[in-house]
Amino acid sequence: MKLLKTLGIAATGLLLIFSAAQAAEGQKDAKGISFSFEGPFGTFDEGQLQRGYKVYKEVCSACHAMQYMSFRNLSQPGGPGFNEEQVKVLAAEYTMQDGPGEDGEMFERPGLPSDRFPSPFPNPQAARVANGGALPPDLSLITKYRPGWYGTFNQLVNGIGGPQYVYSVLTGYVPDEELSEELKKEQPEGKAYNPYFANGHWIGMAAPLSDDQVTYDDGTPATVDQMARDVSAFLAWTAEPKMMERKQTGFMVLIYLGILALLLYLVKKKIWANAH
Amino acid sequence: MSGPSNYKPTTAFGKWMHERLPIMEMVQGQALDFPTPKNLNYWWTFGGILAVMLVVQIVTGVVLVMHYTPHVDLAFASVEHIMRDVNSGWLLRYMHANGASMFFIAVYIHMFRGMYYGSYKAPREVLWMIGVLIYLVMMATAFMGYVLPWGQMSFWGAKVITNLFSAIPFVGDSITTLLWGGYSVDNPTLNRFFSLHYLLPFVLAALIGLHIWALHVPGNNNPTGVSVKSSQDTLPFHPYYTMKDAFAIVVFLMFYAAWVFFAPNYLGHAINYQEADPLVTPAHIVPEWYYLPFYAILRAIPDKLGGVLAMFGSILILFALPWLDTSKVRSGSYRPIFKQFFWIFAIVCVALGYLGSKPAEGWYVVFSRILTAYYFAHFLVILPLLGLLESPKPLPSSISDDVLAKKNPAAVPAE
Repeated sequence: MKLLKTLGIAATGLLLIFSAAQAAEGQKDAKGISFSFEGPFGTFDEGQLQRGYKVYKEVCSACHAMQYMSFRNLSQPGGPGFNEEQVKVLAAEYTMQDGPGEDGEMFERPGLPSDRFPSPFPNPQAARVANGGALPPDLSLITKYRPGWYGTFNQLVNGIGGPQYVYSVLTGYVPDEELSEELKKEQPEGKAYNPYFANGHWIGMAAPLSDDQVTYDDGTPATVDQMARDVSAFLAWTAEPKMMERKQTGFMVLIYLGILALLLYLVKKKIWANAH
Repeated sequence: MSGPSNYKPTTAFGKWMHERLPIMEMVQGQALDFPTPKNLNYWWTFGGILAVMLVVQIVTGVVLVMHYTPHVDLAFASVEHIMRDVNSGWLLRYMHANGASMFFIAVYIHMFRGMYYGSYKAPREVLWMIGVLIYLVMMATAFMGYVLPWGQMSFWGAKVITNLFSAIPFVGDSITTLLWGGYSVDNPTLNRFFSLHYLLPFVLAALIGLHIWALHVPGNNNPTGVSVKSSQDTLPFHPYYTMKDAFAIVVFLMFYAAWVFFAPNYLGHAINYQEADPLVTPAHIVPEWYYLPFYAILRAIPDKLGGVLAMFGSILILFALPWLDTSKVRSGSYRPIFKQFFWIFAIVCVALGYLGSKPAEGWYVVFSRILTAYYFAHFLVILPLLGLLESPKPLPSSISDDVLAKKNPAAVPAE
């Protein structure tokens, strides 16, 4: 018991120093909405991921790349749950450049499930030119590298809030006409005010969502709030596509180790009974 | 390595082998029959836990290398390939990344246990010094490993730490150039760090072999600090300590698994999931949690060279610990004043870690300086003086007396 107590105190102390990251300058804490995939028992909601994919495809992918995702990922277990036929159809909607063929020329063909999601721009320079100098970041991992809030304990209990960060940025725009006079004076050209944005309040991306921008196949009303939630969940999945497998494996491992520990404890106790 | 061994080869092959390589005799004498103090508590299980962690790191690391590409343009993508496409690749990588943190948690407990019970004192000075060397190699290995995914913190951490060497007079710039393989952190840096990250764990394994050898000459220290006097004081390592260690190892693995499966990225930095960009400096460059106390010491000194010297000095001073502690009594349990200073020191180390995670400004710097001064004073002033001034409590006459007294306080008359 004394050992446990000391370990407990030590653990509390160490927690204080673990990854006590600092808030980026002036970033407002993300809105604390909850998602189905949070916590040790959380799972992705297939319907939500499918809706999120639609928002990504019809809105985000116009400017943002997603280089680590392939169409085949969409039918993998623990994801949006499209079947393989659907994925073939989704991929075939795109035209991909391939080659060189036997004649030494590049050629075009319909997309295959093994293809990566196509990037909207051929290179970062082209992306900057098309976006007023700002580079739209690749979205594959954004919910893993952009914390919505900081604090050592806060992040241990609530996670880093990556999906909440995306949601808050998408829903956190302040329209130009509502800006105070002071803010208007410092507003850079072509930028919008968004207090949740991680790189200072001025964001190069104009508010990307408006009501009914996409038509959901399942009939869910496409409000800005709904689309922001769905695409944030989708981006949580693209950042950690093996999350469900990880948690399920984790429970089996802990149960196995727990039983093993109990047995070892009993054996140890029996052996030590005659030790003194 | 000496130990009583009753090994008698029984089979024909056993006899044949015994005349050529008496390895079974060594196993019997050193791993099975080895006389071990009967009063070791669970703090003594962390040596075994560390051995397991080294094996876990080497096994997961060797498999990760089969899928990793050490090139600045491909490293980050190859890590994502491991996370997404390699069968159970996410498990291997999370085990390896969190395994490093677990390794350090265990090594810190192991070191503080040694400090509390005076395990560094005669005749175990060499054992302790090899341990400090192991710790240094561990730190270098972990640092280079963190660079390999080539995320933002990998790159900028490497830049900050390798830059420290440029503070060394005359040869500093040459050393930095050698570490980088050029004039900045770039592909050659990643290549040499990868090579060394693969090499050093085997150096660690060899050092751990020496560490165990140096342990088996004097035998284990124990919570009373009183040396083993008769066979009454000891138990054979097997089955008593094999089972006790096995239980502790599995409990530790549960703690490890909780991180791997349910908070695999908490102990790292979120920004390391962004690919390294030499043109964009992160707002705060912070090393991994296990370096934070030393990072605080580094930044506490206003002079660059001074900071580097203080940082390395704070680790190197551990080599001198056996001679800085002047007390003849080993175990802190019998040193009432030392015990209090021990815990103050432990808190100071944790507090330095906290300060290391904060920006070097305002009050953080002031406290870093005070605690850095205290850190060194603990070794250079407090420990030498305490040994001379403190009057320790009476020691038990033997380990077995102490065990009996604790089991049945009334039966043992005061001596």
